[in-house]
Amino acid sequence: MTIILVLAPISLGLALVGLGAFWWTVKSGQYDDPAGDASRILNDHSDDQPIP
Amino acid sequence: MTVVDQAELSGFLRRDRPGAAQLELLVRGARCAACMASIERGVAALPGVSAARFNLTTGKLSVIFSGERADPRDVIRTVEDLGYGATLFDPNTASAQADEEGRRLALALGVAGFGAGNVMMFSVPIWAGLFGQELEPATRTIMYWLSAIIATPCALYAGQTIFRSAWKSLRRGRANMDVPISVGVLLTLGVSFSETLQHGRHAYFDAAVMLLFLLLIGRWMDHQLRAKAASAARDLMALQAPIARRLDRAGVEHGVPVGEVRVDDLVVIAPGERTPVDGIVAEGASVVDNALITGETSPWPVSPGSPVHAGALNLDGRLIVRARAAVEDSALAAIARLMEAGAQSRSTYVRLADKAAAIYVPVVHGLALATFVGGWLLGLGPREALIRAAAVLIITCPCALGLAVPAVQIAASGRLFRKGILVKSGAALERLAEVNYVVLDKTGVLTTGRPELLGGLTPALADAAQLARASRHPLARSLVRAAGPGPVAAAARETAGQGVSGLVDGRPARLGRASFLGAEAASRGESEFWFGFDGEAPVRFAFADTLRADAAETIAALVKRGLDVEVLSGDTAGAVIRTCEAAGVAHYRSCLTPLDKAAAIDALKTGGRKVLMVGDGLNDAAALARASASMAPGAAMDASQNAADLVFEGEALMSVVDAIDIARAARARALENFGFSALYNLVAAPAAIIGLINPLISAIAMSGSSLVVTLNALRMNLEARR
Repeated sequence: MTIILVLAPISLGLALVGLGAFWWTVKSGQYDDPAGDASRILNDHSDDQPIP
Repeated sequence: MTVVDQAELSGFLRRDRPGAAQLELLVRGARCAACMASIERGVAALPGVSAARFNLTTGKLSVIFSGERADPRDVIRTVEDLGYGATLFDPNTASAQADEEGRRLALALGVAGFGAGNVMMFSVPIWAGLFGQELEPATRTIMYWLSAIIATPCALYAGQTIFRSAWKSLRRGRANMDVPISVGVLLTLGVSFSETLQHGRHAYFDAAVMLLFLLLIGRWMDHQLRAKAASAARDLMALQAPIARRLDRAGVEHGVPVGEVRVDDLVVIAPGERTPVDGIVAEGASVVDNALITGETSPWPVSPGSPVHAGALNLDGRLIVRARAAVEDSALAAIARLMEAGAQSRSTYVRLADKAAAIYVPVVHGLALATFVGGWLLGLGPREALIRAAAVLIITCPCALGLAVPAVQIAASGRLFRKGILVKSGAALERLAEVNYVVLDKTGVLTTGRPELLGGLTPALADAAQLARASRHPLARSLVRAAGPGPVAAAARETAGQGVSGLVDGRPARLGRASFLGAEAASRGESEFWFGFDGEAPVRFAFADTLRADAAETIAALVKRGLDVEVLSGDTAGAVIRTCEAAGVAHYRSCLTPLDKAAAIDALKTGGRKVLMVGDGLNDAAALARASASMAPGAAMDASQNAADLVFEGEALMSVVDAIDIARAARARALENFGFSALYNLVAAPAAIIGLINPLISAIAMSGSSLVVTLNALRMNLEARR
């Protein structure tokens, strides 16, 4: 059963990485324009200029 | 259509940092990846523009200028050349900043989801242990401690909004839905810690986080609904031409946001534009249409010295108006005061969910207390009694209640949105569902609110339309609408405030005011235009406000739903009687001032009626704010749209009936959901009291009941597709 003490922190750590990533996507406004971002991927020059 | 060519527009730039400026525009018609790319590329290539970003979801284009050369006109021209419509946002009102509350809720939802998901890693072995599987008490305690480490910080972070709202409500001496939730979550955490310390079996760490997760889904949906409606309402407002053309000392026109016009500024109003502010005519003579302000449909002549109201439509010549402060105008100030009072009376409306909470809170808390005291007295011991009391709070915790209303309202507002009707808030839908009396304005609601050509198609109409196509005058546009597509007159030249002259089929002809053609003006309360070939007798075209195509049908549908219908109009008795007879309205009152209208609404309300007011003019704004629920057409004045709960776009008055139907259906669904929640609690609470609940059963019951109310809410959309 001691293996739990190793595995549980590892899986929790991975989940925390996921939560951190979600946090970052929200804070950096990546849900502000879902329709536009879906289309931007089709455009070769989509990241030529800085985001205002 | 824009004032781009004449006016300088630097008043729309926002300068947060020196040397840089930002501009926000609403772009209409851009709906694809290619549109987005071409707009961004075109605008970014302009001199002085350092970046351009188009938001395809909201239709907003943000442009950043660097350096001193920043001209909004270039941007508008570029976007319009690409084939899209562009409107500037007033930098003082446009909310360029991101939706902070939405982000906070999304983060809380994410944290609660993380907690609810990961706590399962330890809850599932515990549940297995409950059924006598192999799980040592020491291992179980470790599992509980690990659950606590995940669940406690997640619950405390994610629950912040709920705890804060509960605290606020308690301080006002009331208990809203958030109070039992907060008490439930905190008590559950407390009991679970004490159980874990004593190596017991009844810790509910998973239930506390899951409860918050399910509730936050409801909160987030409610927020999305409000945010979407608010942003759509802002867009409508931007489309209402917020640009005022101000003259500087040198006589140069500057386009500025209406809010920046000060007392004694000179403002130019071209034919076809609305007066942005109250004022006195300083130069020019024209005829104005006051329909939106007073409800009166016959045009009103103005000359230097005459007062004009904000919202008056200039029909004829170029006017220069000296602005007066709105507060000095006692009528407008009175309307503003009435609107404020109306908004206050509305904020006392108790929402459906809060009504449910008012019954639910004392019952559940009483039950939990009785379980604790009763259990102890009956010899359960304080520990077991407390666990059962906590189980009552958790299992009856209003997961389903918290989702019951937002889920229905988001489905209903989605349906309304597809029909072109905007709802400003969930409470507005609830108030609309209770309405039993409908008050309509005449001008702009029963009627189209703009001049339509009287009489049928004549040969002269086709000729006149050739000249009319060269003009922006509202009567000329109406003439073109009646005549349909066709050729434009050659060598057309417009004389401001007079008319258009040009060659129709090679012969010189004129279209315009009676004096422009040397005819005798007929004054019969109608707007008129004259047309004639040089040397021939001119022909008269008369225009009047006409009934909306579906007005009679709408009235019949309202009456069929058991609603009383009345028309309150500021127009003269004759015009009101004619319109009401044509539309089939039996009750009507005419010649009402804005204050009379508001008083009439108040009288109806004290008589026990729940009034829906539909109106578009500034004269309706006070009545709209005071009615139980209110709707305004998309072509209405800013003030009226602000005061109205719902705004409908397009020509169909039938939208009013659709809105009432959907609001009533939503209310029925919400009540069904409450009924289901009550039934669920009726089974769950006794089970908790006699100690049948364990952590597994509470987890299943909680998510199960939430799922059922959400699916029931989604039935709103199924009905729409059928």
